[in-house]
Amino acid sequence: MDFKLSEEHKAVQQAAREFAKTRLLEGVIERDSKMIHPSEQVAEMGALGFMGIMTSEKYGGSGMDALSYVLALEEISKIDASAAVIMSAHNSLALWAIETYGSDTQKETYLTPLAQGKNIGCFCLSEPEAGSDASMQRTTAEDKGDFYLLNGVKNWITNGGKADYQLVIAQTDPDKKHRGINAFIVEKNWEGVTVGPKEDKLGIRSSDTHSINYTDVKVPKQNRIGADGFGFKLAMQILEGGRIGIAAQALGIAAGAYELAANYSTIRSSFGKPIADHQAIAFKLAEMAMDIEAARMLVYRAAYLKDSGEPYGYASAMAKLKASEVAMKHTVEAVQIHGGNGYVKEYHVERLMRDAKITQIYEGTSEIHKIIIARNIRKGELALPI
Amino acid sequence: MKILVCISHVPDTTSKINFVENDTQFDTQGVQYIINPNDEFGLTRAMWFKEKSGASVDVISVGTAETEATLRKALAIGADNAIRVNATARDAQQVAKEIVAVMQENSYDLVIAGRESIDYNGGMVPGMIAALTGMNYLNNCIGLEIEGNQATAIREMDGGKETITSPLPLVIGAQKGLVEESDLRIPNMRGIMMARKKPLTVVEPTQEGQQVQTVSFEKPAPKGAVKLVDPENIDELISLLHNEAKVI
Repeated sequence: MDFKLSEEHKAVQQAAREFAKTRLLEGVIERDSKMIHPSEQVAEMGALGFMGIMTSEKYGGSGMDALSYVLALEEISKIDASAAVIMSAHNSLALWAIETYGSDTQKETYLTPLAQGKNIGCFCLSEPEAGSDASMQRTTAEDKGDFYLLNGVKNWITNGGKADYQLVIAQTDPDKKHRGINAFIVEKNWEGVTVGPKEDKLGIRSSDTHSINYTDVKVPKQNRIGADGFGFKLAMQILEGGRIGIAAQALGIAAGAYELAANYSTIRSSFGKPIADHQAIAFKLAEMAMDIEAARMLVYRAAYLKDSGEPYGYASAMAKLKASEVAMKHTVEAVQIHGGNGYVKEYHVERLMRDAKITQIYEGTSEIHKIIIARNIRKGELALPI
Repeated sequence: MKILVCISHVPDTTSKINFVENDTQFDTQGVQYIINPNDEFGLTRAMWFKEKSGASVDVISVGTAETEATLRKALAIGADNAIRVNATARDAQQVAKEIVAVMQENSYDLVIAGRESIDYNGGMVPGMIAALTGMNYLNNCIGLEIEGNQATAIREMDGGKETITSPLPLVIGAQKGLVEESDLRIPNMRGIMMARKKPLTVVEPTQEGQQVQTVSFEKPAPKGAVKLVDPENIDELISLLHNEAKVI
């Protein structure tokens, strides 16, 4: 067992850290307060290869592994979790699905500009009545022979406003239930596609989250991904990998808050000594360091399993659950360590605390992840120590 | 045009500085290393020449295997070849002589080195390279253009600037201003992948080298506690500044 990162992995980590510190830190508070999308920074992320980090070079991507993706997301999330979720939804939801299951034409038309960061992608699964229970799709894609007629509403779509290409999940044959669901690539500019107003959220406020309406949208047959009825299975597979991205985001939020708290505790003094030397604060820092390291091991391991071609569904569920719980718990503690300063925007930790909450909700709630892990236990897959 | 950029592998600017071995050695425990910022300004300008006029850019460092990560970063940014002289860098003359030995194998039109490294702040290597090779030398450069065989450099002086021309070959002492911090490049992902395949040649040192020996390092005294003076009490402030701080 080797816990060391390779030189290339360290270089990716370093590049992402440098990018976050030099390009994302400035203005992060204002972008959060005023819900300003980091469009300029996202364009730079495209130029640096972060927006197609796992996509093969053949399609204009960087051809890197899931561990590189995780390392980059962790560093970016330490500074700006909104930029991180833009990158995560784009890469592991939209690009991964098209590269893995898209046709050659779909890859040439959509994947290359997406992987180069020239266009943004989003994944449209959630609906007003279908969140955790994703099989209850009310959006319909009626088979009209040459095309599908798409009607319905999608909710809480990350990158919804900026995405040029949308990966939409819809019900084609309700009688077949989840086996009648399909996935389609839909272009934002097509007639009948209407992006709703930007959501005013608790956290990740500079990422753009929208509802999207589809009214009699004609989707060409060739824009369906995979065989008829493959959509639900595809959506579940997308989420398996997507969880690794959100786990890395949660890890970065936790680690960012910890770094700020650890630093603050050495420069802030009370009762004649740095607060880090008071046991009450020292114990908080010890727990933060330990929990974050445990989450990091789970997240890196899930990425490692994915890179090794081994099943990673339970590992990504554990990683996402643990990292998001750690992020929520310890961003609250980071605010506490900062005292009154932690409650004002200038010190960043209150933003990280607000950002942390969503990691327990999106791409599978904490409760859903417990179900996934428990199912793996019942199947006997987690009967032995790993 | 062939450019050689000399790269020092130095502690990150935020590193905590401590010394060991009776204060004769820098404590490398937990220290992250970076490209010396003055060298990075030079490297970034070299990349500009590469893109504008097709110059080739080699990077060189005198150091042990740990310095390879720093050289790989330079390759990821866009340098074509890296050379590592396999020796612990001990003093400026040793480093300069090793670089010159490599230069004798490959002739360069332009050699760029940071005007000083941010670790030991010697500020001697580029000057020594020029002296050992007989090349022209311009230090503290905040601007550099090359037209044919002629370089035009802008040097920073006390309270002003000086514009100088010189034929190539030339040694440049680089600093901030040659490019700005906002021009510095973050390696892109493809660059990192390509850096793995670019040549990084390790050459053995030509000589023992060390001419000077460090007797001891000393850190500045820690800052004293802040004294707050009542704004009404100017006499006390003046007395403290005069008798204690001894600044007036």
